[in-house]
Formats: sequence, C-alpha cells, structure tokens
Amino acid sequence: MAQKNPKDLILDIKDLVIHYETDDGTVEAVNGIDIQLEYGKTLGLVGETGSGKTTTALSVLRLVPDPPGVIKNGSIFLDGKDIMNLPQKELEAVRGHLASMIFQDPMTSLNPVFTVGDQISEVIALHENCSKKEADEKAGDMLEVVGIPRERFAEYPHQFSGGMKQRVVIAMALACNPKLLLADEPTTALDVTIQAQVLETMKGLREKFGSAMIMITHDLGIIAEVCDEVSVVYAGQIVEHGTLVDVFNHTRHPYTEGLFGSLPNIEIKRNRLSPIPGLMPDPTDLPKGCCFAPRCKYATPDCEKARPAKKWLSDTHYVRCSRYDEPNFKIEREDQ
Amino acid sequence: MAATKAAPKKRSQFEEVWRRLKKNKMAMVGLAIVLMLVLLAVFADFLFDYDEIVIKQNTAIRLQGPSAEHWFGTDEFGRDILARLVHGGRISLVVGVIAVAIALTIGGTLGAISGFFGGKVDMLISRAMDILLAVPSLLLSITIVSALGPSILNLMIAIAVSSVPGYARIVRSSVMTVRDNEFVEAAKAIGANNAQIIASHILPNCLAPIIVQVSLKVASAILSTSGLSFLGLGVKAPTPEWGSMLSGGRAYLRNAPHLTVFPGFCIMLTILSLNLLGDGLRDALDPKLKQ
Amino acid sequence: MANKILEVKNLKKYFQTPKGMLHAVDDVTFTIEEGKTLGVVGESGCGKSTTGRAILRLHEPTSGEVIFNGENILTKNADEMRLLRRQMQLIFQDPYASLDPRNTVSEIIGEPLKLQKIIPDKAKRLEKVYELMETVGLAERLVNTYPHELDGGRRQRIGIARALAMEPKFIVCDEPVSALDVSIQAQILNLMQDLQEQMGLTYMFITHDLSVVHHFADDIAVMYLGQLIEKAPSGMLFDKPTHPYTQALLSAIPVPSLNKKRERILLKGEITSPINPKPGCRFAARCPYATDRCRSEEPKLKEIEPNHFVACHLCD
Repeated sequence: MAQKNPKDLILDIKDLVIHYETDDGTVEAVNGIDIQLEYGKTLGLVGETGSGKTTTALSVLRLVPDPPGVIKNGSIFLDGKDIMNLPQKELEAVRGHLASMIFQDPMTSLNPVFTVGDQISEVIALHENCSKKEADEKAGDMLEVVGIPRERFAEYPHQFSGGMKQRVVIAMALACNPKLLLADEPTTALDVTIQAQVLETMKGLREKFGSAMIMITHDLGIIAEVCDEVSVVYAGQIVEHGTLVDVFNHTRHPYTEGLFGSLPNIEIKRNRLSPIPGLMPDPTDLPKGCCFAPRCKYATPDCEKARPAKKWLSDTHYVRCSRYDEPNFKIEREDQ
Repeated sequence: MAATKAAPKKRSQFEEVWRRLKKNKMAMVGLAIVLMLVLLAVFADFLFDYDEIVIKQNTAIRLQGPSAEHWFGTDEFGRDILARLVHGGRISLVVGVIAVAIALTIGGTLGAISGFFGGKVDMLISRAMDILLAVPSLLLSITIVSALGPSILNLMIAIAVSSVPGYARIVRSSVMTVRDNEFVEAAKAIGANNAQIIASHILPNCLAPIIVQVSLKVASAILSTSGLSFLGLGVKAPTPEWGSMLSGGRAYLRNAPHLTVFPGFCIMLTILSLNLLGDGLRDALDPKLKQ
Repeated sequence: MANKILEVKNLKKYFQTPKGMLHAVDDVTFTIEEGKTLGVVGESGCGKSTTGRAILRLHEPTSGEVIFNGENILTKNADEMRLLRRQMQLIFQDPYASLDPRNTVSEIIGEPLKLQKIIPDKAKRLEKVYELMETVGLAERLVNTYPHELDGGRRQRIGIARALAMEPKFIVCDEPVSALDVSIQAQILNLMQDLQEQMGLTYMFITHDLSVVHHFADDIAVMYLGQLIEKAPSGMLFDKPTHPYTQALLSAIPVPSLNKKRERILLKGEITSPINPKPGCRFAARCPYATDRCRSEEPKLKEIEPNHFVACHLCD
C-alpha cells in the first residue's frame, strides 16, 4: 500500500462521508472518498451526474450547503490546515486565497452589474493587503494572463462571449495565486474549439503558477489531456484510482471499462458501442454491497454482500472490486 | 394484449386532482367554507323570508347589538343582519363569480392570442389593454353602467370589462414563457395546429398564476359591486348586498360596529376560503408536486 | 445509386434582429439518401439546428427548396403539411423541455396518433403505445408516470417513441444525446441504430460532438456561421479533412486515449454571429491560411473528389 508523505500533500482527504438529509430521504452523496494530492499535481475526478464529484470539491472549501448537506465523517487537510475544524473567519481567508473554485457555468459566478475588472480586483483587495489601485493593476495583469486585452477591464460580463467569460472566471480564481484550483466541469458549457483554447490556457497557467488542480469532468478525453492522476467516482466512492497510464492503459474496474466502452472513439470505429446496462443506483437507497454490482457483468452473488475494500494493484493504482480477490480474475478490456 | 399488462390503473384526470386536493387540509377547509356560503345562498329563502325579515323595516329595534333573537344584531332600519347577509350572499357571490368568469374568458383569450402569436397581433391587443388600464377601473365601470343602465347584469358586465386587462396581461406573460418550451415545438412537429397547441399544452401549463389571480379577483369584484351600489349604479336599496351593507354601516361605525364587522367578515371569509382553495387547486393540478 | 429521400437546395433562413439581418442558414445545399444518416456538425450558432427545423418547416425558410420524396414541401398548404409530418419527425436535444410536464407517458406517446386521427379509438391507441414503449425499451409500468419522475435516458426514450408513433421515414435528431451521461448516451445511440436497421429510417443527426457523428453517421456535413463548408463520407472526412475549420475542429476533440497524441490546431478568436455578414469567406478572420481573396470573395462549395465537397479557395 502506497502512502504519500503528508508533507508533500496540498490536499489530504480521508474517508469523507457526506449526506444530504432531505424530506424524501437521505441522499448518500459521498461515501468514503480519499484524496491525496501532491503540490503542483493535477487530479481528475471522473464520473457521471450525481456521482458525488461536485460535493467532494465543495467540501474542500466547506461550501456544501448545510442544510441539507451534512459531513458525517472524515478529515480534510488543505496545505496542512484542518478544514473541518477551522473557524469561519479563517475559512474565508482560505477560500479564494489558498484554494479557489471554477464553476461550470461562468454566468453564475460573475455578477452582471459589475465590470469584470472590478470583480477580479475585488478578490485581490479582499485577500491581499493592497490599495485599490494596486489591485486594479494586478487585475489587469490577470486578464492579460488569460488572454484578454487589458482594455476590456471596464466591460461588463454580458459584453463577453461564453469562452471569454470562462477566462474571466479563471482569472478571478487565479488572482490570488492559489495553491489549489478546483475546476468543476470548466469547459462543459463551451464549444470544442473554445474548449481547446481554454484548456490550453489552463495548462499554461498551471505551469506558470505551479498550482495543484482537481479537474472534475465527465469527459475522459479532457482527463487524458490535462491530468496526472485519475479517480473514477461511482455512487460517491472512488472505484478506481491511479496514474493516467494505470487507468487508461491498464484499466481494472468494470465500471471504468464500461465508461470506455460507452464512448465513441474517433480512433477506432466500432459498429456498436458497449454501454453499461441499467441506471445509476438511487442515492437515497444504495445497495448494501458493491454499488456497481447490479449493472456489472462480472458480478457474483458475493459482490452484493459487502462494499469492496481498496485493493492496491501497484504503488499508484487501486480498485474497489472484490473480484480481484480471485488471482485469475480479468476484465475484457485489454491493456493498451 | 394490453389487458394482460400489469400497469398501475390509470385514474381519470379529475379523480387524480381530487385525490391530491383531499390531502391538502387548508384547501379542504377553504372548500368547506365556500360550499357553506354557496349552500346558505341557495337556501336563503328557506332560512329567512325575504319580504318579512330581510327588507321589512322595524325602527323599534334599530341598531341593536347581537342577541339570541338577532344573532348578528340589527341595522339602522331594524333589519336582521344575519338574514340580510345570507340573502346578500346570493348577489355578491353571483356577481363576483360571474364577473370574474366573463373577465377571465375575454381577458384569457386575448392574452393567450397576444402571447402566443406575438408581433403585430400582440402589439394591437397589448396597446388596447393599456388604454383600458389607463382609465381607472371604477370610472370605467361607472361609464359602462351609466351607458347600459343600472341592473345586476350590466353591473357584472361593467366589472368584468374593467378587469379584462389584468387577466389579459397575466395570461399573456405566462403564455409567453410557456410558448418557447420545446414541447410546444414538439406538438407542432407532430402536426398540431395553433388552437390545439394553446388548448392542450399552453393553457394547462399557465394555470398556476391564473388560479391565484381568479381567487383574488372574486373578492375585488365583490368590493367593486359595493362601490357601484354605493354610487347608486348597482344594487338598489333595499336589496341586501354585502358591499352596500358595508358602506351603509360606515356612518354607525363608532356606535354600532357590528353593522360593518359582519359584512366585512363575510367578504373576508369568502376571499380567504377562495384563496385557500385556489392554492390547493394550483398544487393539485401540478403533476410535479404529486406525491 | 440509392434513392434520395431528401434534397435541400439553396436553403436560407434569415431572422430580423435589432442589430440587423441574422443569416442563420445561408444557401445550404445537400442531399440525404434513404436509410442513411447525415451528420451535421458545427459549434453553437452555426445554424445546424435552424437547418433541421427549417427542413421540417418549424421555422418557415426564407427561400430555397426542400424536396422530400420528390415533392417540394415548401409549397404545401397546412393540411398537406400535416399529413407530411407523419413521415418527417424530430427528436429533441433536451429531454426535460421537450415533454409537456402535465402529460403522462401514454398521453405523450399517443398524442400524434390522436391528433392525426390515425388511431382514434382510445383502447387501441393504448395498445399501440405499449408496443412503442416496448420498441424503445421502456417498462410497461411507466405508462402512467409523468416525465419529471423519470431520468434523462428514459425521457429521451419517450421522445423517440413519440417520434416513431406515426412510423416516419425521416427523422431529424437535434443533439439527441448531448444532455445525457456517457453510459446512457451509448444506450440511446445503440437504440437509434437498432431502430434505423429495423425500420429503414433515415436520420439527419445534428450534433456538436464529432466523436458521436463519426461513430454514427454515413456522411458528415460541417457548418460554420450558417454555411455548409465541407461534406464528405464519414471516413473520408476524418482521414482527409480539407477545410481549415474542419481540420481545427477535428484536432480540438479531446481523445480518451494516451497512445496517439494529435497535433492540435488552436484557432484564434471566437465565433461571431452571422448578422449582416461581410463578403468573403466567413472563416477568414480566424483562418491561419487566409489570403486577400478569402476576405473579398465568398468560396463556393466544390466537389474536389467524388462525394467530397469543400468551400475553400485553398482547394483551387
């Protein structure tokens, strides 16, 4: 079992459990997620709608809406700070400064009645002891960094296109040089060619500022492009984790295999896709055993008895699948 | 083959709505009060004789407070207030409901047309409504009743016409938000014509604001009736009517508050019960809130 | 040569906007053969959805011809059009907005049959609804549920069943899977392929997702700012993308594989909207190879090799 040195970790989440307690029942959104992310590295969280990716990211900044969200268990250390036990005031200093978040829809994170420049400069003034003028100056720099001319400082969000707005949001998130960037589907709302531009910008900035990043997405293509490590999330648990090579070329979990089978790939033309049958389990009523078992073609009656534990396949690669207790078990997907 | 299917039995739309409405306690209270008011109005003649009790003056017992004999007391002419309220309900409720029904039909149709088609039609209808709105509604009603001659029917028409623009606007704006939904385009794609689209897809999805508006407007129609009656353009004395009873009792507010309290209470009760029922109906008609 | 089910000639759809005339679809010409799938790709605002809706006359085209089975449908009156709609249907992108929230599954699927008086009898209609539900893989017990009680994949199946109810020949699919999760997306794509094979359907498949069209379509048409700029059989287009925009678009797809790294062509700038477009090639402002000729003269769609059409001066 591979343990990373806690000193190298920007983010250390252990056994995180988050429930949403609603009138219709308890939504088990996150069920024991562990994340160990080193400084400057990028982790991809990939999974489908409702798998708990966004809730996990929100919890890092303690932004899970409460009520109904309740953090039931777990510890979160961000740059050595115990986020779970931080007083409100210090939390505010962490948000935007130590770690900041980029949301999917740039329109929801920009205030339509302020100019984009003012919005960036406000973040800077809030976290750094500097005059309004210095903050404005730095905000102009940030705009240039993300590829927007400084002259557009005084324009309002509606004067920008979707891709430009997302750049503004990125500039805002990076304004205080955070050590960790949480990007929640940052390019999903954008067109492919614009997505390519924004991803390129993000990659460049990450190198320039050396920030670590968690990239949340449902697109394995984006993961392949920007991440160092991948965690595949299903029903609030990481079912497979490893380096890019581990997960893409030595896929082990049946769900990951299913995801690859569901994707049309422009490299290989197949007559039919191989989708995962069935639906995501109802998060208010998760199966007792492996949550993927009802949809899994390899499932045995034993799979329904208990949640599978982590099984380390190498120093960097683990799966949660009890079939790997059998020495000869193999999934169909070949190593690439 | 369909007979062998084990699908849940489909209830009719009405059963479904009733089942959901029954679960809403406040709506059931509202419904009970509305029913009670309606029954009282329907059986008013059996309860109190019109000529002997309702309009016959008896100055000997004028302005008496509530007592065992006259539960709600007597008015300035010594008439039993309870009896007058029960008989007055006939006029107030009928005028309120019918005026609103006329207004809703005309205003709703105009609003639906203007919201659905947009463009020049919308322009024309909206401007016409703006002109109507620019004239104070009471003044408009007065003009209409004066022109047509005072009668209960004309009163209802006058009140209806003056509240048409309100309905037209509300229906127009809801139709416009529903119109752009893809399911409207989907209906077009399967060959539905405009009338079919409006009737089966657009209006059902605009019900919520309309129902709320209706339940509020019945009350304001009752109040308008009283205003017009007060000016001598509506119900003539000695015919009992809630609004005119309310305004008639104004002069005795200090010494005999029961003259205004009870009619006012009746109007309030009507509004409240219609509102509760309206709220409940709105929820019951919305399948998204189905439990 | 297979029978051409649909021919679109010089189709134009302009919208009047406060800023000027929006050339949403500008002089688009293509054909679709019976039983085949034409993929139409492009980014938001390129006019691909408007083209689909103009063909079905959900947006009345400004000019041009739409010839369906040999007849120009743009000259049809309302009654004739209503009958034609039995043969041409539409599947929507958003399975949440395209189903009336106040209707149950059976009402939605049965609506075309009721409206068009194909099966006026209620019991018989319900029988057909069950049959359609089975075809698209919806469990019978869902017959009286409302759309909001179901997930996106099932809702999209309802939309497909509604489109199939009148046994159409041609279906415009407007981004039918882009609102769905990958695993559900694959289920729906496979279903659509099965239906095409069983019923001999012809699809016009509109999407922004190039990997999906590559998988799904026989021919691909690429649109940019209201114009068709390249059209070719799927394999040819991916092997030999010729228009600089197609090349950039293909290179921008993130590929879920580590083995082949593609050379990425990054475009400058962003898509503008085709309001009062200037003469010349509409892509010239972002094109890395643009010349003076591109900025002054509009390129026409030319066949550069059999079945491969490109509108670019560089091909001369």
